Amino acid sequence: MISLIFITIGILFNLLGCIGIIRLPDTYNRLQAATKCVTLGCCSILLGVVFHFGFSDAGTKVLVAIPILFFASTVGAHALIRGTYHFGIKLGNKSVKDDYKDALK
Amino acid sequence: MRYITMFILSLIFWLLLTFDLTVPNIIVGTVSSIICSLFFGRFFITNVYKLLQPRRYFWFVIYLFVFIWECIKANLDVAYRVLHPAMPIRPGIVKVKTTLKSDLAKMLLANSITMTPGTISVDIIDDNLYIHWIYIRSEDPEIYTGMITGAFEKYIKRIIE
Repeated sequence: MISLIFITIGILFNLLGCIGIIRLPDTYNRLQAATKCVTLGCCSILLGVVFHFGFSDAGTKVLVAIPILFFASTVGAHALIRGTYHFGIKLGNKSVKDDYKDALK
Repeated sequence: MRYITMFILSLIFWLLLTFDLTVPNIIVGTVSSIICSLFFGRFFITNVYKLLQPRRYFWFVIYLFVFIWECIKANLDVAYRVLHPAMPIRPGIVKVKTTLKSDLAKMLLANSITMTPGTISVDIIDDNLYIHWIYIRSEDPEIYTGMITGAFEKYIKRIIE
């Protein structure tokens, strides 16, 4: 029962992340939706799996997978957003501030 | 010393991940842990005795709870901005100064910032973090520095430094 609740929350957040990727205007804002919602969504699904199996072999492996997923997604988002900037893609029209431009000169 | 610590940690990690205590599996795990610690041991933390101080683990548990709370807040925040018809966003990249010194602490801070509401760290140059923020709430550097790093910096300082 608890596992079902966690998995439902996870799928809901993944759905919100996908809506965010479609609706938000530029690459940088889309990455925001992609990292936050999808990471918590997947962690929630994995937690549901842990509650389903208990601390058996599958449950322990899933528990180990949560920190790996977390670090992979944050480091991946960091690399993508930095790569996007260095590739030369401009910030969207709505942007109000850009301190990074000065730092690269 | 750091190579031995990294070897032990990666062996434990291997055994947890495979969940199998037969002899061939332990041999494979030992060999791959030795290779890993030979190649990547120089990136490991320099003072391994810090791993033995219990109060760091105490702060780490508190930090974990703060972090999970911020993470849930971040998701609700993104959900609100995505579902709102007018999409209230005001994005930009801001510069934030950090007082943390070691590389590991800066890495943990940057990762934590990535998971907090509306912020992704773009780059670290010396002591400055460059952060993409989806809704810039204030123009004053001191106020937004407190808003972004304030929740985590004091815990990370107690855990790592």
